[in-house]
Amino acid sequence: MTTKRSPLRHVGAGLAIILAIAWAFPVYWMVNSSFLSSTTIYSLTPTWVPFGGTWTNYKAVLHDSTFLSSLGMSLAITGITLVICLVFAFLGALAISRFKFRGRKALVLAIILVQMLPAEAMFIAQYKMISGLGLLNTIGGVTIIYLTGVIPFTMWMLRGFVAGVPADLEEAAMIDGCSRFQAFMRVTFPLLAPGLVASGVFAFLQVWNEFALASILLTSEQTQTLPLWLRNFAQPSSLGMIEWGQVMAGSTLLAIPVIIFFMFVQGRMAQGLVGGAVKG
Amino acid sequence: MTTTASAPEATTAPAAPAPRSTKRRRSPLPYILAAPAVIALLVGLGYPLGWQVYNSFREYGLAQQFGQAPTWVGLDNYVTLLSGGDFWAILLRSVIFMAVTALATMGLGIALALLMKNIAAWARVTLQVAMLLAWAMPIVAQMTVWNWLIDDRNGVLNYLLSFIPGVDLVGHNWLVQPLSFFFVASVIITWASVPFVAMSVYAGLTQVSEEVVEAAQLDGAGGLQMLRRITLPIIRPILVILLLLQFIWDLRVYAQIELLQGFGAAGTQYDLLGTYIYGLGIGEGHFGVAAAAAMLVMLFTIALSWFYVRELLKEDNQ
Repeated sequence: MTTKRSPLRHVGAGLAIILAIAWAFPVYWMVNSSFLSSTTIYSLTPTWVPFGGTWTNYKAVLHDSTFLSSLGMSLAITGITLVICLVFAFLGALAISRFKFRGRKALVLAIILVQMLPAEAMFIAQYKMISGLGLLNTIGGVTIIYLTGVIPFTMWMLRGFVAGVPADLEEAAMIDGCSRFQAFMRVTFPLLAPGLVASGVFAFLQVWNEFALASILLTSEQTQTLPLWLRNFAQPSSLGMIEWGQVMAGSTLLAIPVIIFFMFVQGRMAQGLVGGAVKG
Repeated sequence: MTTTASAPEATTAPAAPAPRSTKRRRSPLPYILAAPAVIALLVGLGYPLGWQVYNSFREYGLAQQFGQAPTWVGLDNYVTLLSGGDFWAILLRSVIFMAVTALATMGLGIALALLMKNIAAWARVTLQVAMLLAWAMPIVAQMTVWNWLIDDRNGVLNYLLSFIPGVDLVGHNWLVQPLSFFFVASVIITWASVPFVAMSVYAGLTQVSEEVVEAAQLDGAGGLQMLRRITLPIIRPILVILLLLQFIWDLRVYAQIELLQGFGAAGTQYDLLGTYIYGLGIGEGHFGVAAAAAMLVMLFTIALSWFYVRELLKEDNQ
């Protein structure tokens, strides 16, 4: 395993490059195709590099009125869900990491179990509830359901961050004359800011990408989110043709912000999911 | 009562090292803090869950949609499901799909992690960046791009495969044959989940201490022996958790299957549990039976998750 002989390591490096190409290829192909005109894309030999590419696909997507309304819908749902989720989850995380109280164990267990529930196991009932409330195709309806999807994970992540700030720090500030609230706001909260940002980015990614629940709760074209828009946009036209260049431009527009945010937080994500497994 | 006692104490304890007022019992503060989150979960999950349990024991079909009162039928919905062939066939298909995809993901992920441990930094970083790109892709974008890659006429996959002597796949539709459909789904999901496994295992491998490795080498352990006797046992906890997560995630692949069906392969022979329940409930309006099916999937998932939950609870206790 730990042979340091160079020929073997060169073979390994070569293999790694081949695998890297294989893994990145679909993403590359998405971006590449998004710059190709439809005549180029429908030729029988693929174009590997978009020399002399065109922005027409992007222009077409940005001029598609449903794209802009879906973008607005996605921003609104993500924004509202994110704010409520962070506040609720943060308060909840304080409760489970700073206090011992009756029912704490049950709450922690519920928080973990709920994260394991597949959407499939609940979406019929959630659909019936939201339609019963007359909230199908509304931001409020989908937000109620999304909150239950993101609060548990966010709370669990924040719990780790809160526990990482020693309570002694707060107590020291209290000895120096701060009230408990002041001590919290001046000492603990600033230390938690990075944790809040990281958890917020995760919740953002989950909500922004969500497809399954959106597809059953938002059925009209006026209220669709971006993932639903892309699904519909990628359907063949009545002639059985798909404008692949435009579809790939749409995919790229959906994926780029996600990829950028994701790069910032992926290390923490892995930690959150398998945290402590080796040390423990 | 205890509020009034603990609050002033907390603010006016200037001298002695403050007693751990934050850990005081029976203060209402933790309940107030947890209330918003708990209420949100009760509304969005608790109520639907109750509805689902209740209606899985009731006749709730199309007639009830149009106003007829649902009737209590006891275990009938469960009996209908479990005595019919459909549910078992789809459950079996889902379990096989889950096992194949999860094991392929784990195998590839571990192999890639071992590779990363043993190559120069520049090659490792290149591979990591490539995997991050795949990992970060939104599901809908993933499925759309793959649908383009495997497109029958202009897809690059068929074009490349046709260079193999004796193979002509131009015009071949990968989604028509159910087996081929699930193979494609499995490949896409594996492609998307290997990065997480590879990076987590790699992170685990970097924690295996050099001293242990050197000691084993002094004792004459070879490469394979080292892997089997030293490395794998040390990272076993991570592998167990990752495998469980893959099982759980690969059982819940509604979005991918639904999207792939939308690209041109609709019908029950392409269903896994998620799309099957959707079809039963929202598709056909058999809400009682769909609720029963959802309950069975839920129990199955909870059973699978139990070990994972136990691991996380251990962490909470630390």
